[in-house]
Amino acid sequence: MDFSSINPALLIASLMVSATPILLAAIGEAVVEKSGVLNLGVEGMMIVGAVVGFIIAVNTDAPLLGFICAAIVSGIFSMIFGILTQYLKSNQVATGLGLTLVGLGLSALLGRPYEGMKSPTLKALDIPFLGDIPVLGKMLFSHDLMIYFSVFIVAMVWWFLKFTHAGMVLRAVGENHDAAHALGYKVVRVRMLAIMFGGATSGLGGAYISLARVPQWTEGMTAGAGWIALAIVVFASWRPWRVLFGAYIFGGVTVLQLNLQAAGASIPVEYLSMSPYLITIVVLVIISSRGNQGAPASLGRPFHASS
Amino acid sequence: MYIKSVIAGAIASVGIAAAALAADVKVGFVYVGPVGDYGWTYEHDQGRLAVEKHFGDKVETVYQELVPEGADSERVMTQMALQGADLIFTTSFGYMEPTINVAEKFPNVKFEHATGYMRADNVSTYSARFYEGRAIQGHIAGKMTKTNKVGYIGSFPIPEVVRGINSAFIHARKVNPDVEFNIVWIYTWFDPAKEADAATALIEQGCDVVLQHTDSTAPQAAAEKAGGVITFGQASDMAMFKPTPRVSSIIDDWAPYYIARTQAVLDGTWTSTDTWDGIGPGMVGIGEITSAVPADVKAEALAMKDAIASGDYHPFTGPINKQDGSVWLAAGETADDGTLLGMNFYVEGIKGDVPQ
Amino acid sequence: MLKLEKRLQQSKKWIYLSPFLAVVITMISGGILFTILGENPFEAIRIIFWDPLFDPNFASYSRPQLLVKAGPLILIAIGLSFGFKAGVWNIGAEGQYIMGAIFGAGLALAFYPMESKLIFPLMIIAGALGGFLWGMIPAFLKAKLNANEILVSLMLVYVAESILASVSQGLLKNPDGYGFPGSRNLQKYESAANVEIISNSGMHWGVLFAFITVIFSYIVLTRHIQGFNIQLTGEAPRAAKFAGVNPTANIVFCLGISGALAGLAGMFEVAGPSGQITIEFNSGYGFTAIIVAFLGRLHPVGILLSGLLIALTYIGGELAQLMLGLPGASIQLFQGMLLFFLLATDLFANYRVKIGTN
Repeated sequence: MDFSSINPALLIASLMVSATPILLAAIGEAVVEKSGVLNLGVEGMMIVGAVVGFIIAVNTDAPLLGFICAAIVSGIFSMIFGILTQYLKSNQVATGLGLTLVGLGLSALLGRPYEGMKSPTLKALDIPFLGDIPVLGKMLFSHDLMIYFSVFIVAMVWWFLKFTHAGMVLRAVGENHDAAHALGYKVVRVRMLAIMFGGATSGLGGAYISLARVPQWTEGMTAGAGWIALAIVVFASWRPWRVLFGAYIFGGVTVLQLNLQAAGASIPVEYLSMSPYLITIVVLVIISSRGNQGAPASLGRPFHASS
Repeated sequence: MYIKSVIAGAIASVGIAAAALAADVKVGFVYVGPVGDYGWTYEHDQGRLAVEKHFGDKVETVYQELVPEGADSERVMTQMALQGADLIFTTSFGYMEPTINVAEKFPNVKFEHATGYMRADNVSTYSARFYEGRAIQGHIAGKMTKTNKVGYIGSFPIPEVVRGINSAFIHARKVNPDVEFNIVWIYTWFDPAKEADAATALIEQGCDVVLQHTDSTAPQAAAEKAGGVITFGQASDMAMFKPTPRVSSIIDDWAPYYIARTQAVLDGTWTSTDTWDGIGPGMVGIGEITSAVPADVKAEALAMKDAIASGDYHPFTGPINKQDGSVWLAAGETADDGTLLGMNFYVEGIKGDVPQ
Repeated sequence: MLKLEKRLQQSKKWIYLSPFLAVVITMISGGILFTILGENPFEAIRIIFWDPLFDPNFASYSRPQLLVKAGPLILIAIGLSFGFKAGVWNIGAEGQYIMGAIFGAGLALAFYPMESKLIFPLMIIAGALGGFLWGMIPAFLKAKLNANEILVSLMLVYVAESILASVSQGLLKNPDGYGFPGSRNLQKYESAANVEIISNSGMHWGVLFAFITVIFSYIVLTRHIQGFNIQLTGEAPRAAKFAGVNPTANIVFCLGISGALAGLAGMFEVAGPSGQITIEFNSGYGFTAIIVAFLGRLHPVGILLSGLLIALTYIGGELAQLMLGLPGASIQLFQGMLLFFLLATDLFANYRVKIGTN
């Protein structure tokens, strides 16, 4: 066993790459859940983003445009969930599962002609000065644009939820939609916007898989990343910076175990792969037992304006 | 609408019946992945298309993709048999028991199960000696690595994969005594993101050759991104990554076998057999060795390919010791198929354990 | 401007009408989808909905298969419906299904190759116990520590999947299986095999249990105090409290029964249609059952019918792939559309749609 072959700087750099898709999806879902909506269709929205991003990038040779279109289309796609749950009052759990089903089917059909193709990928940014710092430069400042953008989104969400009026309204709607409604806030509209935001970031996350991390298109390529994103939101107890931390931990466990194996350590892979979920449960239990810091109170409950 | 659909349906079913009458033999294929995976399932489907092309109107083929192993596959096979298939290829190890079950119910339908070990009067098995191709990869890898570290992405620690690792390792060591194998098990056949992560981990730890026993092209893309790393196509040629990182490939060429077995059904000479073919009969193909490989290495690799094909050389020829140093094969002795089929040990020199 | 007005009581007429409306809309949009894919839409729709039931070639086989596919879905969905009515959201049935299968198969393999009439009944108990225990984890955490059961039960699905992968390659691996992951085939082990009660009917013990559960659940919900408590807790939590309904008992009951039934479904599947514990053993029944429960409007008879309908789209979808060479993804999409339209038309049962101004 020779752990000296593991380069910590490279390890952290590659765990950031590996974590970015789930980070993007999770930060969006965190906003959705903060507004009191549980959308289990993350996997479906991600894979739609993955295929749309890929198709656009291949046809236009512009990966950035691929990301933009992925966000837009997945945002629109999430509106199916939004309309069904918010206007037609359907059950959120079942509708979310349906969204995943439709997303997987739709993406596979759209992506057929693109299987086996290579896409243009995002170039790593060449950051002057910072990129040349030993160790840190390689670790933090040699990435592509989307990695920084994902961190930027986290910061924006944090700022939005904490310091803006709109963010306060969103949290109020998530905690008690009846009271929020009584105060004159447009519960449904707020939630629709949150769902759309969640769809857009999930789409970005999916596109990051097909355009940067893998990069190619294959049917079902998100392989459960959307479900991991759901776990991260809980792990993070719905706090933006903890979502970032959680995503890097979840991504990190995978990357770390692969690196340990490559370095020759024989490790029980199954136990390691279930550990993030067990930790998530523990975290959830701790925050719930402390009282009001747990899930948004209206999470998953239908809202109907009775007045 | 209801009436219309019934009428349309009636017309359509007459159409189907006519088509079925036109073909002498109907061949079904059950796939575990999507036909567009550019790996395992893709090559089986290429075999199916070759059958269609070869026989024209005499043979009709049907297939079903993304069939989960277990109870669902049993139903899919039964429906194929009911639909009039005369010969059904089931192309994943997990279909073994379902294939046997369905074959019992349809004694007149012939079944062919890939990579399994259970046979019956109407069930044949077939598999390819991928390890022959692995020997050639090992040779090229041993010659070309500069860091003396070769990465290997394993799916599951089953004999087929372990055999490939051993074969590649033996031949890499033969030409480069300093070479080490770094093996990563990812416990999936197909997860592009995880395969990419595994390849990246190996490359970052200094491996400049990455071999894979998983089905997606993600490791190729990771190697291309990293630069200075070579890879080999797995199951399928993965030609879009030529000339580097992909410098050669092992191709599962099922077409000759599928055509031969279909012909046997047409002729009425089909019997239950156990086929394990390699480079010689053409079931294992070696994809073009690109210009990234020096000419002398390429020549040696091709010479080895010819020797294996003609039967002059067996990739597991002694002296070979097991990992613990005990003798497995004495000098000049070749491995028997039984041991190879159940191979669950590493040969001497590989570090680490086969996960149990 | 369209306006929704919540009905005081669900509209009886629309409860029955809306599923048909949804199926018709699905047929139309599915037809459009199949036309885009270059197929005759009428033929595709006929193959999916009609052929599995009445085609002279297939029906004798696919009708029983309908039961095989619907059995676990109904069994799990009935269990879930108790909780969903009471506002206890178990969405981890998939994990409970896996654990039931592991417990059941584990027990059988521990006795292998002994033959005894007692083994199968013991497996039934073990399977139910496995699911029950797995369901008790979120129940305990919810009752004692107020941890959200939706999330805990979902997380436990992944933990169960990891355990499944581990035992298929280790503890329960077939020693005669040439090192391939996967257990012995329980169908070949007479005492443990979940056989068809009437041959070629598809009626294995699991399907029988599913039917019994439908009746049992109908009785509990309409005649028993526990059923009343559940309804009350779901509809008026505060009133339930005053009525003396113990919330902890309610959570334990709901998660316990749904866990046990999901575990049973897993055990019947592993001992019967599937036969083996493998890494890929679970094929999403636990999640599909959530859909079945909602399509059946959480009513026992509704679940019975929706389970059969979903099973029909699976089997018909497979046939359509086979006969027309349709890609598997188009069937997924088709099922998703069916679900969406069913959920959407539900609106009419719960709300009155009014046209007017604000």
